[in-house]
Amino acid sequence: MNWLRELARRLNMLLHRRQFDADLEEEMRLHLDLRQQQQIDRGAAPDDARAAARRKFGNVGSLREISHTAWGWEWLEQTAQDIRYAARMLRKSPGFAFVAVATMALGIGATTAIFSLVDATLLHPLPYPHPEQLVRIEDDLPGAGATDAGISIPEFHDLQRSGIFQYVVLEIFGSANLTGTSQPSRMQYAGVTPAYFAMLGVKPELGQTFDPKDQTPGFTLDVVISDGLWKRAFGSDPHVVGRSLRGDNDLYRVIGVMPPGFHDPGRTTDERNTEQWAALGFSDDPAQSPLRSARFPLETVARLKPGLTIAAAQSQLDALVAALQEQFPDAYPAGSKWTVRLVPLKENLVGNVRQSLILLLGAVALVLVIGCVNVANLLLARASARSREMAVRQAMGAARKRLVRQLLTESLLLSLMGGVAGLVIVFCLKGLLLRLIPESLPRLNNLSINWNVMLIALAASIAAGIIFGLAPAMHAGRLDLANTLHTEGRGSKGSAEQTRTRRALVVTEFALSLVLMVAAGLLLRSFWDLYNAPLGFNPQRVMSVQLWLPSPNDPKTDAYGRAAQEAVFARELLRRSRLLPRVQEAALGAEPSIPLHHERNRSALTVEGRQIQDTQIPLVERSQVTPEYFHLLAIPLLRGRLFNNADNETAPQVAVINQAMAETYWPGEDPLGKRVKLGEGRPGVGQRPTKNWITIVGVIPDARTESLANANVPQIYLSLYQETPKELAIFLRGDLNASAMPERVRAMVQSIDPELPVYGAQTLNGAVTASMEQRRFSMDIVAAFAVTALLLAALGIYGVISYIVSERTRDIGIRLALGAQRATIMGMVLRQGLGLAAAGAALGLAGSVIVSHLMAGLLYGVSPTDLITFAGVTLVLAAVALAACYLPARRAMRVDPIVALRYD
Amino acid sequence: MQRDEIPPGTLYLLILKSLARSGEMHGYEIADSIQRVSNDVLQVEEGSLYPALQRMLIKGWVIAKWGTTAGNRRARYYQLTAAGRKQLAVEMSQFERVIGAITRVIEAV
Repeated sequence: MNWLRELARRLNMLLHRRQFDADLEEEMRLHLDLRQQQQIDRGAAPDDARAAARRKFGNVGSLREISHTAWGWEWLEQTAQDIRYAARMLRKSPGFAFVAVATMALGIGATTAIFSLVDATLLHPLPYPHPEQLVRIEDDLPGAGATDAGISIPEFHDLQRSGIFQYVVLEIFGSANLTGTSQPSRMQYAGVTPAYFAMLGVKPELGQTFDPKDQTPGFTLDVVISDGLWKRAFGSDPHVVGRSLRGDNDLYRVIGVMPPGFHDPGRTTDERNTEQWAALGFSDDPAQSPLRSARFPLETVARLKPGLTIAAAQSQLDALVAALQEQFPDAYPAGSKWTVRLVPLKENLVGNVRQSLILLLGAVALVLVIGCVNVANLLLARASARSREMAVRQAMGAARKRLVRQLLTESLLLSLMGGVAGLVIVFCLKGLLLRLIPESLPRLNNLSINWNVMLIALAASIAAGIIFGLAPAMHAGRLDLANTLHTEGRGSKGSAEQTRTRRALVVTEFALSLVLMVAAGLLLRSFWDLYNAPLGFNPQRVMSVQLWLPSPNDPKTDAYGRAAQEAVFARELLRRSRLLPRVQEAALGAEPSIPLHHERNRSALTVEGRQIQDTQIPLVERSQVTPEYFHLLAIPLLRGRLFNNADNETAPQVAVINQAMAETYWPGEDPLGKRVKLGEGRPGVGQRPTKNWITIVGVIPDARTESLANANVPQIYLSLYQETPKELAIFLRGDLNASAMPERVRAMVQSIDPELPVYGAQTLNGAVTASMEQRRFSMDIVAAFAVTALLLAALGIYGVISYIVSERTRDIGIRLALGAQRATIMGMVLRQGLGLAAAGAALGLAGSVIVSHLMAGLLYGVSPTDLITFAGVTLVLAAVALAACYLPARRAMRVDPIVALRYD
Repeated sequence: MQRDEIPPGTLYLLILKSLARSGEMHGYEIADSIQRVSNDVLQVEEGSLYPALQRMLIKGWVIAKWGTTAGNRRARYYQLTAAGRKQLAVEMSQFERVIGAITRVIEAV
């Protein structure tokens, strides 16, 4: 404990420094006085006595300093002194301070904002304890061409018993009509095995969750609801536990409410927006006879035993799979090559956006570096103006180390002020920034300025301060005293070395800006190409609205249980839709028929008379539409015929396919009249395997209805009256009032059945725009960064050329006096500026080639070495450099030789 | 009269011993006492007492408090602490060991 007491004494001294110094001085004065008195008593003259006393005592000043520094605080005092001095210097040149702080605030603010996005999405995507233990388990049958083929119930029990996992959970998603509340609405639900909440490690806010050991067969009627549903349907009722809600007419009892911010770690936005969780038993329906070979399209999520790495777990799992294959050769034919894969749970949240986010982070880092380079340039310019001050201070005995420290303190103060200002900006603009982020960006965490982010902002500020402070500080450390003091009397002149550094900095700036501009240019071209790609359908003046026919567990309450009942409803819906105001055309389709809708519905395809090859099960996108659909979306007919009203529930089933499907499955053949069967589609209702052969009657051209980037997705359309889906979409064309329409459609639908929710109203134009949102987001941000970088680089080159001109005023004056043409002088200055820009461009082009190849995955329809982009960007850069050099060049041209010569 | 600089490293020892002998003293008295007791042989650069005293304050060997001199002036009086006494013993035995060794070396035949 001695060191602690010592520290306390030292701290005490630090707090009473003034008193300490006064005490020391008084004590020493007493000593000198007593000694002097002694000498006088021995007969010395007062003056001699004083001198003798001083001689005997030693150097009072230095002794006082040694006594003071013995306490070990001089570093702190020096730093405080440096900061005070730096603050005084900045106050004296507010213009410089403002520009430097603003540049840093922009750079650090932007870096912080982007980092907070990266932190929430890439680094900490899963808001659960010990997220690294969470994995998704995917079964592959590569021999049968199937990935993520689902899991069978006996396999689920094998995994639970394997000893590899703490918890294994099965999950299935769906949506249901929520009724019994003020307005029927649609609700996303998940059926989960009871260990779900224990596995995620999240406690409910109210009530309880499922008992992980619960073995109740089938669905239980107890549900846990999300905070959102609690607020929406129950008005935040604190006594909600025990109340009930109706999902697809079935009555459920609420047993718990999850905290706000709790999300399912699902693959899609819909899954992540799950609002209700019901417990699945899987000992009964829907898994009556658990066969090993009966794979269900379920998600399998698990938590590894603590301390187990994914690699170790995977090798244990491989051994388990091998043992099971040996034990059950019938269920696992060697040809299917069954394997089980562990995928980190965060992967499906992060995988798609990793590249975009890394690009953004790289871009913002470049902007920050360019900002640093700019401030370094400003500091160097100041340093040459202050070189006399530095020389004088050195001549007075200041150590070089101390001067370098002083200058670094100044630049750190600047960058920290910038960092704080940047954070304040980000805090104030947080709402605005959040609105810029596309909805589709997968994130479970709310963006927040947390400690992580603050730490990065601090680190960025310190790094920036050191980076841009280093060059000027080094120069000050190497000052040639005699020369500086000698020449400084007249005007200021930086050393040749300083000018070289400043040129190098400008070249760097240009190179980095070029890289950013090339990246932005390539993204812009991709976006433009995508924007202008022919859609193959006409989204103008079209709206789509969704509804959902309930499919309750109790067949007696199911009003739409039979296809005939549904077809009657569909006809009535269509008839009333046509009567809505301003509607010119109306059509119905299944949810997957909505263009660019993210729900996909792939079904296995069997072609009559063709053996399924072992290696590949053909998959096609399947949807159902009424005959009006194709005309409404202006999709023409290539061959055969489209649907008509005779393709109803009593007629033989027919299909229309797109050209991609025709070319994939009947290359060089006529698909008309060919017959196919379809396997089970997306889990949901009304997507059962087809019983009878379906005859292909028509072919339509490819349209970008599945994805903007890819028109060649094989698609098959069935007649909606022959296979009626539960998830319906109403398509309306006309001069519609987009804001009033959803309410009118709701009223219309509920005039048929007041229990049906109406949701998802959108214009198709809006859907097209939304599907480009993520791309647009990256492009906008990178473009904004590129413009910022270009402006900073322009400022940089302007500063350096102006400086060179002012330094050479006398030189230019002499040339002019000797008869040089003014145009020649201007050309000389411009050449210097353009030389710097050219060097920067050359470096930048080399860097761009590397960067553009790294971002190839983000491009569409444009090569990473697109000549037009590279050439265009270089031209823009050259033009900006020229403009930035023009002002100082004109100043050089107008130098008055007489004034210039007299001045120096 | 010959005056000698004190051997390096012994300043602490001298201060500690002087304080142990006389209870409490201010800086001037300590310097005076060293000089007097050594019959004016040991010469301290008097000012260097003060940094040494500061270091001893940090270590906790001495404590200081303000008092009044006979001439009615404010003076800082230093006093040994328990830790100071312990340190004195350490410094003493160290010093004796060194002196003993040196003596043996120079007296060896």
